[in-house]
This record gives sequence, structure tokens and C-alpha cells, in this order.
Amino acid sequence: MTTSTSTTTSPSRTAGRPAYRIAGRRVIRSEWAKFWSLRSSWITLGVAVAFLVGIGAIAAAVYSPDGPLSGESAQSGAALTLALAGTNLAALAIGALGVLMSAGEYSTGMVRSTFAAVPARLPVLWAKSLVFGPVAFVLSTVGALLSFLIGSGILHGEKIALSLGDAGVFRCLVGAGLYLGLVGVFGVAVGVLVRSSAGGIAILAGVVLVLPGLTGLLPSSLGDTVSRYLPSNAGQSVMTLHASGDSLVSPGVAVLTLVVWTVVLLVAAAYRLRSRDV
Amino acid sequence: MIEIRKLTKRYRDKTAVDDLSFVVPPGQVTGFLGPNGAGKSTTMRMIVGLDAPTAGTALVNGKRYAEHSAPLQELGALLEAKAVHPGRTAFNHLMGLAYTHGIPRRRVDEVIDLAGLQAVAGKRVGAFSLGMGQRLGIAAALLGDPAVVMLDEPVNGLDPEGVRWVRELLRGLAAEGRTVMLSSHLMSEMAQTADRLVIVGRGRLLADTTVDALVEQSAGNAVRVASRETARLRSLLMGPGVAVTSTGAERLVVSGLDTRQIGQLAAAHQVPLYELATESVSLEDAFMRLTHDAVEYHSSDAGRAA
Repeated sequence: MTTSTSTTTSPSRTAGRPAYRIAGRRVIRSEWAKFWSLRSSWITLGVAVAFLVGIGAIAAAVYSPDGPLSGESAQSGAALTLALAGTNLAALAIGALGVLMSAGEYSTGMVRSTFAAVPARLPVLWAKSLVFGPVAFVLSTVGALLSFLIGSGILHGEKIALSLGDAGVFRCLVGAGLYLGLVGVFGVAVGVLVRSSAGGIAILAGVVLVLPGLTGLLPSSLGDTVSRYLPSNAGQSVMTLHASGDSLVSPGVAVLTLVVWTVVLLVAAAYRLRSRDV
Repeated sequence: MIEIRKLTKRYRDKTAVDDLSFVVPPGQVTGFLGPNGAGKSTTMRMIVGLDAPTAGTALVNGKRYAEHSAPLQELGALLEAKAVHPGRTAFNHLMGLAYTHGIPRRRVDEVIDLAGLQAVAGKRVGAFSLGMGQRLGIAAALLGDPAVVMLDEPVNGLDPEGVRWVRELLRGLAAEGRTVMLSSHLMSEMAQTADRLVIVGRGRLLADTTVDALVEQSAGNAVRVASRETARLRSLLMGPGVAVTSTGAERLVVSGLDTRQIGQLAAAHQVPLYELATESVSLEDAFMRLTHDAVEYHSSDAGRAA
């Protein structure tokens, strides 16, 4: 991106000063640069992709036709289930990185510099989401594809083997990327809401890993309904080849559910950003 | 120009800034002075919009800070020593701020040179000393070539050379016609840097004055006299409106007469004087005297104060 070319270089202020100006795309450029200039971003993204590819490959390698995924019901999507076995752990890494991206500014004090530069504050929230969401989406999709392709090589000749061209396979892999991209944005929003890296990561881990189990405590009809619309189960729906059973909804509804979650969290984060002192 | 009008910040049980009004004019260095907990930092945070005032307004060049299209070009602030992510290099920190305004890389290099950070620009900020952190904060404040520069305790942690650098930098910025405001809880630092003084205590305005006026006003009219014949001198000096107190075997402090009058009286009566001088009250003393009540109230009321 080119910065506006300013002709005045001399410090003499009477000669007219360069015309600096805040702009949305500049705030995005700033957040992009800030994101990639931290070592933790590279490491955590690497860990997330390693979870996706590594766990997926291991799952395919240890697959045996007599194992738990050999049943008739699981047959149709088993290769995908194996390829995406690392999604939950990758979601933790990416969600945590999203939390660090926003809450980390509060814990280090950086937030004062950030909001002194962009006192409207909200553009920073949008920019962080627009930087990290797509980055997490693209890397996760690539990771899911890699995991699937490696798994396909390993499972070649098995009954459950699928190819990328089979109906719905590509949608599931991109769906996994989409889920992880949105989990990244959740992280950013949760970080703004709680302003604490540790607290934010704990909440995110709870929502992704613990909450689905807790719905079992509700009366079964209510519990099933709630369970279906939790982010992790909606995510599961997006990346499952054939939605079967009560716990899943159709991919379209699932995407909508995830988008609603994201919007709700972002609106809450925006409200808190505007209404509270830094 | 900074205009503070009836600015108030109240937390649940504590008033940090209480109906504060003052103006910081361009072309001068204004010292913002007060004991710890006087509300200086809170006021500065309200000026840049990090804290919302409970009442009143803080205007920067005629508008609220957040209403400007290029806030960093209107006012550059050093708020806390490290408002920086420790994992980022100094250069990347400045570049991240510069991008928001379309400030070119060349300007980032300029402020790095200006702050003397060339050697450490590529190092991560977490490893910086307090002094280096201050220099980075000042570099960030100057990034947008701002018309107003506002620094909170800028010499904290700086070595003597750094203190001198800040002093000359601020005087230079004011000489260019910029508005310069710096806070401190040390009068001695202000005396050497500031032209004007805004003194606060417990969130209230105690004095809005100049360094010269404060010196003049606080010097008072006491004269220190030393002589062996203090008893005789005392009787010579006594008169309406004159007070003489003894501060030692051969020492008197006289008010109501100046050195010239006392010298002439002593000479006329052949009383030898060993010392004759106006008692100079240091700015530090003047400051202590001004803020004494605020501080005293503060500590005797420690239960409610932060």
C-alpha cells in the first residue's frame, strides 16, 4: 500500500505540513503490520496448522478398518472426520491468538498508544477482525486441505477413501477453515470484552471444549436444541459431509449460526469499547 | 493550544479531577505540576480521550481530540513509559502507529534519529531500559509532527544527558511555536524547563502562573542578618510593620525592611554585619507551601484517597 506522498519534508512548520489522515484501510494496514511483527503470531499460527495437518495425518495413519470408525453409519465421511481430527485443538490455538491480539494490548499497555492514534476505537476492532479472520481462514483452509491430501495418500485403497473431487468434500474442508477463521474473530471480540489474555483464553477454551458437554445437564429436548447452535457444534455441522443425528444442523444453517455468534460478540465488544475508559 | 474547561472526573467514591479549568498556550513550555495523585495523569488521559470526563471539556486546537481527522498531527502524547508491546521492535512499534495516519516511513526514521534510538531501533522493546523506553515514547509523541506535545513525567528514568536532551528538545519545540505541556511532581525540573506553571492538588487548580511570578511572590521580603550585636541591632530595627526573629546566637531574620535599609541603619550606628541577604525561598519551597494543604488532606484522609 502506498502512503500518501507528502512533499514537505522540512521541519519548518510554516511551509505547510504534510496532510496525514486516519483512514479505515490505514488502520487495517496498521493492524496487519502489528500482527506480523510479533513472534507469537507466527508461532501460534504454526502450531494451529501443525495441529490440523499433524493430527489429521496421524489419525489417517492409525486408522484400521476394524476401529471405531468402521461402522456403516460413519462410512460415508470417515476420511474427512480423520482429516479434520485436529480442528478442536487448532481452534484453541487460533482462538487464543485472537484473544492475544486484542487483550494482549491491554495487558502490555499498548492499547494506550493504539487508541491515542485511533481515538474513535471502533475502527481498531473492525481492523483486527478483518486482518485476523481472513488470515486464520486462509491458513486453516490450507491446513485442512493438506491434512486431507496427506490422509488420502495414506488411506488410498481403503474402503473409506475419498477424493477432493467427491461431492461435499471441498465444502467441508473450506467449512473447517471458515469455522476456524470465525473462532479467531471470536477470540478478538472476547479479548476486548474481558481485557485479560488469561481470562479470555479460558473463556474461549470453555466455549469450544467444555460448553458442548454441559448441555447434557439441561432437559434433553432443550439441551439438544441449545447444543446444536453452540459455536463448536455449528462448526462441526459445517465440516461434516452428511449431517446425521440430532446434534447437527444443515451446513447453511450452521454458517448462519456462526455468523450470528460472531456478530453478537463483535457488537458486545464494540459497545464495551465505546462505553468504557481505556 | 489546550483548553480545559470545568473538567471533572469522578470515580465511584473518589474525585480525581475536580472542576479544573486552564489553558495551555502555544509558543511556551507549560509545566503541569502537582504531588502524586493530584490528577495530572487523569487530566492528560482525558485530553487524549482515553478516559471520558464526568463533566466539562478538554479541547485540543479547538476540538475534542477524537474529532480531529489526524489526531497524531494535532497532539503527540507520552502517557506512560511503556505503552508498548514488549515483543515488538522499536521500529515496528512506531511503524504500526504511523500506518494509521499514512505517515511515511521516512518520518519514522526521522523520529528514531531525533530520539537517539538508531542503535536499538531493531531491538525488541521488552529489553529496553527505562530511559530507552522514555525515548521511544517521546519519539512516538513526535511521530505526527504535532502542533501540541504533551508529556507525562518525561524525564523519569533518563540519565543526566537524557534529561538535558528533553529540556532542550521541549524548549526548541516551544520556540517553533508549538504548544508544549509536561507534567512533573518535581519543581526543580520545572524551574529549568517551563515558562508557565499550572499547579494542581487533589484534582483542583492551585495556581496558574509563570515561573518568574511564582519566584517573585514566594521570595517574600525576609532578610537574613548576621551580627555579633544582635540585641542592639534588634532594637535599632524595631519599628512599625517590622518583625525580627532570632534564628541563632548571631542571626536574625527581619521582615518589613529590605537589605538596603538594614545596611544603612547598621552602618549609621556602626554595627558590624557579617551577612546581609534576602532570604530566597526556593521554588521547591514555594511549591511545597502551595500544595501543602492538598497533600496533608490527602494523607490524613488516606482511607478514601487512592
